[in-house]
Amino acid sequence: MTATLTPVLSRTWGEDRSWTREVYERFDGYQGLRAALAKAPDEVTQIVKNSELRGRGGAGFPTGNKWGFIPQGGDKPVYLVVNADESEPGTCKDIPLMMASPHELVEGAIIASYAIRATHAFIYVRGEVVHVLRRVQAAVQEAYDAGYAGTDILGSGYDLEIIVHAGAGAYICGEETALLDSLEGRRGQPRLRPPFPAIAGLYASPTVINNVESIASVPSILRHGAKWFTDQGTDNDDPRKRSKGMTLYSLSGHVMRPGQYEGPMGLTLRELLDLSGGVREGHELKFWTPGGSSTPILTDEHLDVPLSYEGIAAAGSMLGTKALQVFDETTCVVRAVLRWTEFYAHESCGKCTPCREGTFWLVQILRRLELGDGTDEDLEKLLDISDNILGRAFCALGDGATSPITSSLQYFRDEYVAHFEHGGCPFDPARATLFATSQGARGR
Amino acid sequence: MTYDIEVRDRLEVDAKEIIARYPRRRSALLPLLHLMQSEEGYVSPNGIELAAELLDITTAEVAAVATFYTMYKRRPNGEYSVGVCTNTLCAVMGGDQIFSTLKEHLGIGHDETTDDGRVTLEHLECNAACDYAPVMMVNWEFFDNQTPESAVGLVDDLRAGREVRPTRGAGLCSFKQVSRVLAGFHDGRADEGPAAGPATLAGLEIHREQSSAGRRRRTTEDSSDTDRAAAPSDGPDPRQGQSAHDAPAQTAESDPANTAAPTGDEDGTA
Repeated sequence: MTATLTPVLSRTWGEDRSWTREVYERFDGYQGLRAALAKAPDEVTQIVKNSELRGRGGAGFPTGNKWGFIPQGGDKPVYLVVNADESEPGTCKDIPLMMASPHELVEGAIIASYAIRATHAFIYVRGEVVHVLRRVQAAVQEAYDAGYAGTDILGSGYDLEIIVHAGAGAYICGEETALLDSLEGRRGQPRLRPPFPAIAGLYASPTVINNVESIASVPSILRHGAKWFTDQGTDNDDPRKRSKGMTLYSLSGHVMRPGQYEGPMGLTLRELLDLSGGVREGHELKFWTPGGSSTPILTDEHLDVPLSYEGIAAAGSMLGTKALQVFDETTCVVRAVLRWTEFYAHESCGKCTPCREGTFWLVQILRRLELGDGTDEDLEKLLDISDNILGRAFCALGDGATSPITSSLQYFRDEYVAHFEHGGCPFDPARATLFATSQGARGR
Repeated sequence: MTYDIEVRDRLEVDAKEIIARYPRRRSALLPLLHLMQSEEGYVSPNGIELAAELLDITTAEVAAVATFYTMYKRRPNGEYSVGVCTNTLCAVMGGDQIFSTLKEHLGIGHDETTDDGRVTLEHLECNAACDYAPVMMVNWEFFDNQTPESAVGLVDDLRAGREVRPTRGAGLCSFKQVSRVLAGFHDGRADEGPAAGPATLAGLEIHREQSSAGRRRRTTEDSSDTDRAAAPSDGPDPRQGQSAHDAPAQTAESDPANTAAPTGDEDGTA
């Protein structure tokens, strides 16, 4: 039985001018907002809690619970911040969503703001995607023009200002507290928690920070109800051990047909590869990431693991952003891990020692290993440094930096050894490229 | 050195508009630095000074922020920032070859600018377009599925002043113009370019094939089963999909990426 795709967030993407309010409304756009405004804010939060929507930015925290943590009735304003700083290597779902259907996000942001009684919603878009920024700016303007934002939204008496804010190139700003510092006009460095943002977030006020896909999932939940959402996804008696709703899986790398695939939570990589034509012709799967480079790599042993929070965790990794980067047998795992490690060293904000110093030394050792100058002791040193970063870094960037190293040593230690036994990398990088052969059926 | 009074006045007008967007002044710093970059093509000491003055913070505080973020340039940038993603996936898919080819072709390295001031070359970290790897960015617009040859053609066109269009995005603006959009000033180009590229639509297209295969099978079951063999035996149950409302039937007309609808597909022939 082939898995079934279920386009909800992506339902309008193939339409001409799908980014406009006019087209979005033809596909029930802003009906979720109307449904929300007909209810009390707490009722909206309860619906999202009942839907069991979990954060799509990687951590999987229940979205409705996050909203419920906001203390109400205090004298401080409440803020919603949308984390649209998508930059985890391999992750490429929020950017196409905002490019094709920015109103889905804007509508979700208005509903979420209403639910938590926010006065301002900020959409923090990474800076390096100017056309996406334009589309989001235009959608927010259209929302204002239609009376969906501003004062007395649709006659409800609710007021909301929406601010689109462009970042300036720093992966760390995807970390929610670093994002808040950045939004306050500072270097993007993570904050110590507690206090959590729900108590002291932006400008030390109660703040909810949600990923783009999480927020964009909200309008459909309001349109169809929580049950419609929980009817999709994985099942378990314990609600903490199941993953509900539809989600965007992003397939990239050595596959016949890379792209965005929206389906219920819990599909497997095998199902997605079957649907999309598989690994590129004449090659076989070597390793893959379930949710970006910060999630431990998996291999062909894991093709049938459900892509759910609990399923991937049981396999020793993390669902993350469902960024399925697929690498075939032409890829050198040492090269791949070195490049990711260089990324973490470059993006480490420098605030804490384990991450700042640790990533620096990891890069030195991996470079040596890739050149064939490494030793067995280097492999132990890699694990030792990783052990000293994991759980000791200020934020998840440091933890994430250790994932590719420890997982690749778990599955491909022989390949590291082969580098220093053969005095260099045994792989030809040309074979791994998109333009290596014409038989890959790519480039369509 | 400070700005001419005329430039300063103009920047101040824009800056006030930026500051007014935020509940607190200092939040305007990142967009203000994009604004300063739109004036001189980099964040100059003048720009740092003016931003500090407008926000009533020290130049050291502004410089600390300006040097933290990679998009703020410390030297005048070329008219076009040409970036090649060399994070793991793009690197493996050919980004490394593209970047080394461009370095050789242009005779410059990372964060260096050609003598004619047209092109600043950079290697980039992941730009969230992995399904189009290997990816390049020119002034933060997407150039998908590049090769060393296409990259050389691209920079040659940029240097010769020939028109270049991104794969997904608006007609190319200069680095300074783009910086102004990043500062939050609409340039009216949101409607340019497509909604999505083919990879973005890959799942939608397969879903449409699934749905029409399901419908075809149902139709066959309803009338006769002479065509049954033509329907995939493992076709999906359309009832498992979303309502027709949530999953509208796509048509070839509305979906330019759909150039390969199965023959006889009731939707593909629209």
